[in-house]
Amino acid sequence: MPYIELESHLPGITGLLEYRKDSAQPIRDLTQYLLRGPSTLSEAERELIATVVSYGNECTFCTTAHTAAADLLIGDHETAKQVKQNIETAPVSEKMKALLTIASLTRKGGKNVSAEIIERAKAAGATDIEIHDTVLIAALFCLYNRYVDGLATALPAEVGYYDTLAERIVNHGYTRLPQGYDHLKK
Amino acid sequence: MAHINVPEGVPGIRSLVMFRPETGKYLYELAQVLLRGESTLSEAERELIAAHVSSRNQCFFCMSSHAAAARCLYGDEEALIVDEVLHDVQNAPVSDKMKALLNIAGKVQILGKEVSPEDITMARAAGATDRELHDTVLIAAAFCMYNRYVDGLASFTPTDPEAYVEMGKRMAKGYVLPQQQ
Repeated sequence: MPYIELESHLPGITGLLEYRKDSAQPIRDLTQYLLRGPSTLSEAERELIATVVSYGNECTFCTTAHTAAADLLIGDHETAKQVKQNIETAPVSEKMKALLTIASLTRKGGKNVSAEIIERAKAAGATDIEIHDTVLIAALFCLYNRYVDGLATALPAEVGYYDTLAERIVNHGYTRLPQGYDHLKK
Repeated sequence: MAHINVPEGVPGIRSLVMFRPETGKYLYELAQVLLRGESTLSEAERELIAAHVSSRNQCFFCMSSHAAAARCLYGDEEALIVDEVLHDVQNAPVSDKMKALLNIAGKVQILGKEVSPEDITMARAAGATDRELHDTVLIAAAFCMYNRYVDGLASFTPTDPEAYVEMGKRMAKGYVLPQQQ
């Protein structure tokens, strides 16, 4: 049971974003820009950053949702799984290994991001904007994970919910559906 | 030195949003709606939550600037409340409701799962509403983002407490995206 009264057909983050729409707006806009806006990082790479941070923060809802989105964008179920287990041995580029490590360090606390790991990312070709966006995506998911778990939001009743959600965030993005979410009521 | 090429001499988050105003715009909008928008918690109380979480995250820039904003909003007579909360919430001269909400914010700072049904029950018994619980958790979560953004990119953090007094006065008026230099 969530700690506050939320619409029961909207598990995880969606019920919270519908609960207070004026604070949801900049959160949605920021996410849309960071994860779907113009970037030299692919949408799949940015979803992997969201996944690795949510996993580290032990947020089941966000980890499952962003793993599903990354899987859909990448076209396999292995990459995200391996990134969660071990960044260094996962099938991603050297640049992504450095950026995912920066994201993990950011999750633990901003001061953990050392000059050495930044150097490693730059040596692997990461630009200032890529480093900036990696830190901000990681920081944003530290917000989401705490928001979702801090108010004890419900997990979906059916696992299939995550596939529908992944399809929505891949094909539609992070902005509010124009028609709202009443169609999800059973 | 910041990890990336942000404007020199500009402190904290301001330097980061000048580097990337496309995302900075939304970060300032979120701060404005959460800390200055409609709420049954006063602006000073919300700044107190921000300063408390930033202190627990050891983000000196955010802690100092939001503490300065809170002192401004409390006014000269009550400004010391801020320092007492930062020192020890349970013995600070704030309401039982604020103590319970600051306790929840502190749990959120550790991790979402740390907030227990007992923490919520205690806050409700002291009169906290659903909306106040929601806003407290979201403000705390938002500062877990801001603090990591500011320190994760090693933005310039003034060490002189005086530097934050003017900042606090400006912030008390609201959050407006700084213009490019």
